Amino acid sequence: MTVAPPAPAQGPSLWMAAPALALFGLFAVVPLGGVLVLSFMSWDGLGDPVWAGADNWGRTLTDPVTLNAMRLTVIVTVVSWLFQAPVSLLLGVFMAGRQRYRAVLSVLYFLPLLFSAAAVAIAFRALLDPNFGLGPALGVPLLAQDWIGNPDLALWVVLFVIGWCFVPFHSLLYQGGVRQIPASLYEAALLDGAGRVQQFFHITLPQLKYTIITSSTLMIVGSLTYFDLIFVLTGGGPGNATRILPLDMYLTGFRSYDMGRASVIAVILVVVGLGVSLALNRLSGANRMESQMEGV
Amino acid sequence: MPARAARAARTAPNVVGGLAGWVWLAVIILPIYYIVVTSLRPTDDYYAENTLSWPSRPTLDAYGAVLANDFPRYFGNSVVVTAVSVVAILAVSLMAAYVVVRSRRRSASRLFQVFLLGIAIPIQATIVPVYYLIIQLGLYDTLWALILPSIAFAIPLSVLILTNFLRDVPGELFESMKVDGAGEWRTLWSLALPLTRPAVVTVGVYNALQVWNGFLFPLVLTQSAETRVLPLSLWAFQGEFSLDVPAVLAAVVLSVLPILAAYVIGRRQLVSGLTAGFGR
Repeated sequence: MTVAPPAPAQGPSLWMAAPALALFGLFAVVPLGGVLVLSFMSWDGLGDPVWAGADNWGRTLTDPVTLNAMRLTVIVTVVSWLFQAPVSLLLGVFMAGRQRYRAVLSVLYFLPLLFSAAAVAIAFRALLDPNFGLGPALGVPLLAQDWIGNPDLALWVVLFVIGWCFVPFHSLLYQGGVRQIPASLYEAALLDGAGRVQQFFHITLPQLKYTIITSSTLMIVGSLTYFDLIFVLTGGGPGNATRILPLDMYLTGFRSYDMGRASVIAVILVVVGLGVSLALNRLSGANRMESQMEGV
Repeated sequence: MPARAARAARTAPNVVGGLAGWVWLAVIILPIYYIVVTSLRPTDDYYAENTLSWPSRPTLDAYGAVLANDFPRYFGNSVVVTAVSVVAILAVSLMAAYVVVRSRRRSASRLFQVFLLGIAIPIQATIVPVYYLIIQLGLYDTLWALILPSIAFAIPLSVLILTNFLRDVPGELFESMKVDGAGEWRTLWSLALPLTRPAVVTVGVYNALQVWNGFLFPLVLTQSAETRVLPLSLWAFQGEFSLDVPAVLAAVVLSVLPILAAYVIGRRQLVSGLTAGFGR
C-alpha cells in the first residue's frame, strides 16, 4: 500500500470503524488468542501465569470428570435437539396460523424469553421441590420426586428446563419460516387432492429446510454454551450428574483455581462450536444470514 | 404477506398442532402462575397452603422485604450497565457498518469478515482471558468490567444486522448528501441513522435484553454488593433467603417487570429483535 491522499471517492475514513474494531479486538479477539496461550500455562487466578507446556492438555484429556462432562455434553446436545426441534416446528406451524386465538397464544408463548436464566432456574428449583412444589400441590405422587437431588433425574430436569427457555425462540423462527412459504404451493397441492399430512411432509417440511438448518445450528452450538441456567439450577450436581463442559470449565477455573485446565476446556469448546457451525453452514450454503433476516 | 393466503388454502384443522399448542401453553403458564401466586403468599402460609392455590391472604410483604434489601441498588446497577452498553453498542456498530457499506477500500470488506468471524465465538469460552485482562486493566469489580466486554461481544451481530440494513439504502441518497456538501459524520447522523431506525431499535432491544439478563460476566468479573447486578442478586437472594421462597420469587418478578413493560409497549420490536439475534 502506498501513501495516498484521502481521495474523496473512497468513502468514509476507516477511523470511523476504529472504536468497534478496538473494543472487539481487545475484549474478544485478544482473549480468543489468550485462551489458547493460557491452555499451555499454569495459573491460579491470582499470581502470574507460568509456562506449563502440554501438561494441562494431558491432565485435562485424561481427567474422568472432564471426560464425563464431554459425555454429558453430547447427551444434552442430542436429546435437547430431539426434544426442541419437533416441538418448535409443530408450535411454529401452529403459530403461523392467523386465527385470533393463536395470536394470543403466541404472545403468551413468548414470555419465557423475558426471564433471565437465573430467574428461570430459581423458579424451577422452587417449583420442583419434593415437599412444597408442583407434585404435592397437584396431589400426584409421581411428580413429588426429588427432581434436582436425584442423580438419575437431574439431567432430565435440566433438559426440560432448557427446552422451556428455548423452544419459544425456535418456534418464532419456524413461524417466520412457515409464513414465507408461497400460498400457491398449497393451492396446487389442494387441487391435486393432497391431505393435510401430505401437505406437511411434501410442502411445509421441504420448504422449511433452511429454517431447520439455522435453528438446529443454534440449538447444537447453544448446547455448548448452556452455563447460567444449569449453574443456578443444579450447580452441576448432584455429584457431577449435570456438569456439562461449559460448567466444567467454570468450576475448574473459578472454583478449583486451575485456569490452565479451564482454558484447555475452553479451546475444545471453541473448536467444536466453530466446527459445527461451519459444517452446518456448508449444508445450507453461503449467505444464509441475509436471506434469513428478511423473514423476521 | 403470502402467509394469509397460505393459511386460506388449508382445509382440515391442524389437530396435532392445536393439541401441541394447548399443551405447551400449560407448560409455559403453570410455572409463571406459580411464581406470581407464591410471591403474593405470606411466608408462613407457604408451607401450609396448597402451592398452586390462590393465596388466602394475599400480601405484598415479600416485595417489601426484597425492596428493603438493597434491591434498588442492584436494579440501578443493571440500568446503568444496560443503558451505557446499549448506547455504546449502537454508536460504534453503526459507525462500523457505515464504513463497511460506504467505503470502497478493500480493507473495509476485510474488516467485515473479521466481525463475521466474531459471531461464532462463544462468550463463555473466552471468560478466563477476559478475567485476566480485566484484572490487568484494574477494572475488576467495577461496572466497567461488565460494560466493556458486553459491548465487545455484541458488536459482530450488531454490525452484521446494521450492515445488511444499510446496504438497502439507495446510493443516490448518499451521493446527493455529498453534493450538498455534507461530510461523512453529518451523512451518518442525518441520513444513515434515520433511515436505519427500525434496525437500530431491533439491535438495541436485542442487546438490552442480553445485557440485562447476562449472568456470566457479573459472576466472574464482579464481587462486591456495590457492583452487583440483578441476575446475580437473584442468585445471592436465593442463598440468603433459602427458606423465604415468596421473597425469592418476588425478586424474580421484580427483575422481569421492566422487560415485561417493554414487551407490552414494544412487542413487535422485541420479537423481531430476538429473532434477529439468532446468530448467537
